Amino acid sequence: MKLRLPKSSCETCPLYPREWILEEGKWDYVVALAGNPNTGKSTLFNALTGLRQHVGNWPGKTVTRAEGGFSFGGKKYKLVDLPGTYSLLTMSQEEEIARDFLIFGQPDAVIVVMDATALERNLNLTLQILEITPRVVVALNLMDEARRRGIRVNVRGLSRELGVPVVPTVARTGQGLRRLLETVEGVIEGRIETKPRRIPLDPDLERAVQVLVPLILKAFPGLPSVRWIALRLLDGDPSIRKAVETGDLAKLARGVKS
Amino acid sequence: MKSEIREILETADALRRQLPEDFRDRLVESIYTEAESITQKVVHVEGDPLSWEERIDRIVTHPLWGLPLMVLGLAVIFWITIVGANYPSELLATILFAIEDWGSKLFAALHVPATLSNFLWHGVYRGLAWVVSVMLPPMAIFFPLFTLLEDLGYLPRVAFNMDWLFKKVGAHGKQALTMAMGFGCNAAGVVATRIIESPRERLIAILTNNFVPCNGRWPLLIMLGSLFFASVVPPQYRSLAATGAVLGAVIVGVAFTFLVSWFLSRTMLRGEPSAFTLELPPYRRPSVLRVLYTSFIERTVKILWRAVYMAAPSGGLIWILANVHVGSHSLVQILSSWLDPLGHLIGLDGMILLAYIVAIPANEIVIPTIIMGYTGASTMVELESLEALRHLLVDQQDWTLLTAVSLMLFSVLHNPCSTTILTIWKETGSKKWAAVGTFLPLAVAFATTFLVATIWRLLGGLL
Repeated sequence: MKLRLPKSSCETCPLYPREWILEEGKWDYVVALAGNPNTGKSTLFNALTGLRQHVGNWPGKTVTRAEGGFSFGGKKYKLVDLPGTYSLLTMSQEEEIARDFLIFGQPDAVIVVMDATALERNLNLTLQILEITPRVVVALNLMDEARRRGIRVNVRGLSRELGVPVVPTVARTGQGLRRLLETVEGVIEGRIETKPRRIPLDPDLERAVQVLVPLILKAFPGLPSVRWIALRLLDGDPSIRKAVETGDLAKLARGVKS
Repeated sequence: MKSEIREILETADALRRQLPEDFRDRLVESIYTEAESITQKVVHVEGDPLSWEERIDRIVTHPLWGLPLMVLGLAVIFWITIVGANYPSELLATILFAIEDWGSKLFAALHVPATLSNFLWHGVYRGLAWVVSVMLPPMAIFFPLFTLLEDLGYLPRVAFNMDWLFKKVGAHGKQALTMAMGFGCNAAGVVATRIIESPRERLIAILTNNFVPCNGRWPLLIMLGSLFFASVVPPQYRSLAATGAVLGAVIVGVAFTFLVSWFLSRTMLRGEPSAFTLELPPYRRPSVLRVLYTSFIERTVKILWRAVYMAAPSGGLIWILANVHVGSHSLVQILSSWLDPLGHLIGLDGMILLAYIVAIPANEIVIPTIIMGYTGASTMVELESLEALRHLLVDQQDWTLLTAVSLMLFSVLHNPCSTTILTIWKETGSKKWAAVGTFLPLAVAFATTFLVATIWRLLGGLL
């Protein structure tokens, strides 16, 4: 038997850098993938990006950063896999990274992966993300397991409660991924409107936020997620403080991507 | 622009001071309430409304019996370890000491100089054989059990149960997790404190990690427990008494962790404990193969290997000390009799203190060193069983229950091994804290054992 090799076997290899190193400006949209640990987030990430992945570290951190690319509807998407966290409020490296990327990375949309079998625990993070950005699509994952365990989730009801689209998925089999991407596209292009649910704050905290928000808007007109930034400033979050001091927030206000 | 920014920051700081102290907790609470109310509206569970996980969590994190249940679980693990390790330990000792015998005879037949043969077989090899036969069986039982708990997801529940205690002493709830790591290895426990974000609370966790006995100290605790505490009760309760002694030592260690944490957060490391969110992750079915792999390869074999290559040179050193004579006394005798008065004050003796000095690189070799020091080259005692060991320690060296109590206390409280000290230095980047981490426990150990020995003797004198 004769072996016929192409000119360079490297070039046809699916791992050839051309395929998986994502160059600057190669994509039309940036989508962040957020969620609790063990929700099938990585499975979804792999299902969407296949081999077009790049794994490194978040700058200056010991946390793995995975990003990948895919095309959908003629557009190129960059998908950034955020660290799996239960919340965005503590000072752990993972939560800081996820928090900062959602605010300063300004993704065009965020897919929040939720475990349908443990909705309550997962809602915790989802509600916090909704405070940061309105461009959210929920992937309600592990639907097969929920069904098996006799857990029925009213998907439309959840969508109504959260004010963002919810797409049931089974990342392992690829079920629902097409609809998920269509929905993401719809949210990015403005065809689907979202009205994210707000966390009702303690009266004292609400008053403080109400005092702070106009001040922030005066300095940074048109700033998105201003309520969240006010909350973080009240909490004394150093990275938000720094962004205020250096005027980095102004970039967000003008809608310039970092 | 500048004044606007200053206004924002200053207002935020001023508002924060006006907010109720627990506003972070309240924020978290309102998020939880929202999540709960949404879930109630959109999730419908057929059959059992409470998942089995929630049922278990309700029991193991119960405010009243969560902690006792945890202690009971720990006791069961110790008991299984003590009972289970006995037989393989004796079997291993028999085999390994038979090899020592056979090896030295072979060397004699080959006309290897007696000094060299003695040095290698009765010095270096005996140290190794001791470490292997005493340490391997308990580790091979204890670590898989512990890894199993880890894999199940029980450890975050431990942190949850103990959080309020840590808060009380001004430390961080996650310190419970770093302590759990310390049970395996204190150096690993010190590294694990990275999960604590606040530098002040992290330092407390680093400086007190040593008070949980690492695996290098388990064999000593288990052996003393079986040897001294088991022998004062009727035979059928022996393993229970031994378990109780080991558990007692651990509880003393944990109590000192809280005591010293409290002391530190009121003196050198003043401050308030910071709030954090601790989510109880779902229970996982442990993967048996991974548990076996992690506990055998990652823990047992690696730690045993470390003990072996630390014990070999120490075994050699002790043999030399025991066989080099100045006048009519060996160096071991001279050094240990020099340390004797100090040792006696704290319920120990000079040989034990000498062993602790030799064992600074690795706590694993304290017992082998003591035995080698006692038996030396002159009196060849075949230590094939615990009974023989008891004979050596009690009948020949006059160890009492006080010696055992003091030694267990000293073992739990004394300075960390050199690896851990180095790790503290690296993690804190400060020689000062490495020194505090070394001498603070040492001082605590001396003070405690001195008190115990003094009171014990006073009471003994009165009775």
